[in-house]
Amino acid sequence: MAFIHPSSLLPSSNPSYSFREGIKSSAPGIQEHRFSPYADNGGSTLGIAGKDFTIIAGDTRQSSGYSINTRYAPKVFRIGGDDDSGTGAKIILAVTGFAADGNALKERLDSMVKMYKYQHGKDISVKACAQRLATILYSKRFFPYYTQAILGGIDEEGVGALYSYDYVGSYEREQCRAVGAAASLIMPFLDNQVNLKNQYVPGSGVGHDLKAKAAEPLEQSHVEQLVRDAFSGAVERHIEVGDGLQMLIATKDGIREIYTPLKRD
Amino acid sequence: MNHFPHGWGRPRDDIYGPYDHTYLSHSQSSGPNQHTQQPAVTGTSVLAAKFKDGVVIAADNLASYGSLARFTDVKRLHKFGEHAILGIGGDVSDMQYISRILNELDIDENYGSTGNTLNAKNLHTYLSKVMYARRTKINPLWNAILVAGLDGVGRPFLSSVDLLGTTFSSPTLATGYGSYLAQPLLRKLAETEDEVANVTREKAEKAVREALKVLFYRDARSLDRFSIAVVTKQGIELMEDEQLEGQSWAFADRIKGYGTQVN
Amino acid sequence: MFRNNYDNDSVTFSPQGRIFQVEYAQEALKQGSVVVGIVSKTHAVLAAVKRNAEDLSSYQKKIVGIDTHLGVAIAGLSSDGRVLLNFMKQQSLSSRLTYGRAIPIERIVSLIGDRAQTNTQHYGKRPYGVGLLVCGVDESGPHLFEFTPSGMTQEMLACAIGGRSQMARTYLERHLDVFAGCSREELIKHALQALKESLSQDKDLTVENTSIGIVGWGGPDGAKGQPFKLFDGSEVAPLLAASGEGETAQDEMDVDT
Repeated sequence: MAFIHPSSLLPSSNPSYSFREGIKSSAPGIQEHRFSPYADNGGSTLGIAGKDFTIIAGDTRQSSGYSINTRYAPKVFRIGGDDDSGTGAKIILAVTGFAADGNALKERLDSMVKMYKYQHGKDISVKACAQRLATILYSKRFFPYYTQAILGGIDEEGVGALYSYDYVGSYEREQCRAVGAAASLIMPFLDNQVNLKNQYVPGSGVGHDLKAKAAEPLEQSHVEQLVRDAFSGAVERHIEVGDGLQMLIATKDGIREIYTPLKRD
Repeated sequence: MNHFPHGWGRPRDDIYGPYDHTYLSHSQSSGPNQHTQQPAVTGTSVLAAKFKDGVVIAADNLASYGSLARFTDVKRLHKFGEHAILGIGGDVSDMQYISRILNELDIDENYGSTGNTLNAKNLHTYLSKVMYARRTKINPLWNAILVAGLDGVGRPFLSSVDLLGTTFSSPTLATGYGSYLAQPLLRKLAETEDEVANVTREKAEKAVREALKVLFYRDARSLDRFSIAVVTKQGIELMEDEQLEGQSWAFADRIKGYGTQVN
Repeated sequence: MFRNNYDNDSVTFSPQGRIFQVEYAQEALKQGSVVVGIVSKTHAVLAAVKRNAEDLSSYQKKIVGIDTHLGVAIAGLSSDGRVLLNFMKQQSLSSRLTYGRAIPIERIVSLIGDRAQTNTQHYGKRPYGVGLLVCGVDESGPHLFEFTPSGMTQEMLACAIGGRSQMARTYLERHLDVFAGCSREELIKHALQALKESLSQDKDLTVENTSIGIVGWGGPDGAKGQPFKLFDGSEVAPLLAASGEGETAQDEMDVDT
């Protein structure tokens, strides 16, 4: 129902010569509700690449505003599996932001990877899949998928690979990345613990003489614990993060999943 | 006197007032085409809860036009096949459209020699694509939908989809006002999927009926007549003309706005 | 040169009520090598003899997995077959996408049937010169369908199409009664035996020229069955060995490894 503003019915001192110049239905002061095709469903994801593994994790809460839609809605997906359970998949995709767009993006990438296998008779490489995801995102440059994606797997050299994206497809390969509602809480933690930012060799000097600790590849069990710590920290400080933690670990043997409960408050 | 050529032959603003553009449909006015931007006749909450052998789903029989209780005998639960049922809230004309396309889908499926093999999970996937496709065209079906029934391996299935195409699933679900009022009450039944195994049909049905009552107390767009359905392996039991029982309005005496107190 | 005046296009009937272009297309699939399909109550199996156009070339693909529940064997013009197979792959993906359901076999077969039929009713079009055996499982069990260039499709208990397939069909007819109760291994054995029947004297089944596809049904409760598995190359050796094709197959295996 369009609301008619009383002032539009009164003789006006303003000249009104054409339809284009006429008073629009939404007069100032009246805010007409307009459909927005986007929503923010909260949640956070993170990815860390190791020397022969990649871990991508996300919480399982899905929310709308202050309401929790559900305590279990996965944000981390297997891409290119043989069937809907994802067996045989080698690539992991995680999406935060608008859940419906995230699902659409996942399914588009998944069917694209399946077609690649059908047409070429082999699995797509993580590098090629990462490039393809970028073109998918960019193809909707002017009506974007409202999702921040991270993609991971094992590259052609057997090394853990991780790619992170913005909404419209710019992407880069990284060692680690936190994305989503609690990204600003988790990312500094990862900078410090994975890339050893602001960590110095004790007794190596004073002031500018301090030697920075060099980042080295981390053990898988150590990374798993880092992920758990990152999320239990985020849960305390962010209302949109919680309920459960889903971790997908890609190695040369395929993808393994670990689920651990998080605080539900 | 308006001497500009594009003003010739038009009613004079100084006599008749400026032209009221709101009488024009949006598509004829300047600016982009617009589709449905708000619902007209609406249904309120839909509630549902899983139990160990199936799902209970309920919705009242009211269709409101703004604050007017416009239609009081509208059935908002729709069967699909043998083991799936959906409850629809939001715009009633869009609901009837959805009901129609699902009926067509059912007919198409029945052309095959094995009949309609789409289960509740398949139905939910399909509906979520329909809803998402329409939101992507900025022409949404203004509804919140719960799909209840059994999945491909005969387990209870309950999931929701809304006008944006957002989907989620949970042991208990409620749309609209019910997501604030009823869902916290229903969650006491089963917090997690594992706890569903301890919920009997009786417990689930009772909880849903109680939650409907709470909604009738507090949701001004709700009604005490409702439909409730139970889906199990045995099929769908649908009751379409139920009456809320055991109401107690004792609390209303002391609350301003419930009728008896004028100021 | 000309058989008659009514074979220049696929839209004109002959006075006898025949469409010669379609019949010629049926002949095209006899140019291809033989493929065999059999169903039991629990499994559906495809077996095919691959051919290489010349000694220097690779073998032409005869069996292709479309989805986890569905595979197809080709007889005839394999380039025409590929078009249909791509279409089937798209349809099965789209069914999984829109409904989250593996497409029922009957449904996908009728889709290619309809597609092939339109080619026989439009001027300037040509029927597909390919026959297919479609095997797969769905909620109602394992199925085998035959598809021909006319767009005709029919469900079969056992079927053989392609060049010299008559001998294989005779074998299948003779053993029809036992197929329903066959185990996976027995079914493969019968399929290979049927294949062998239609081979010419100087040829034998080898790891190079034999393809086998198998899919298993999970049961009426929707449990997962064995996904469609294509056996090609060295993977066929144990299957050949088990069905008494041991000698030749084993020899070649040793050479391989």
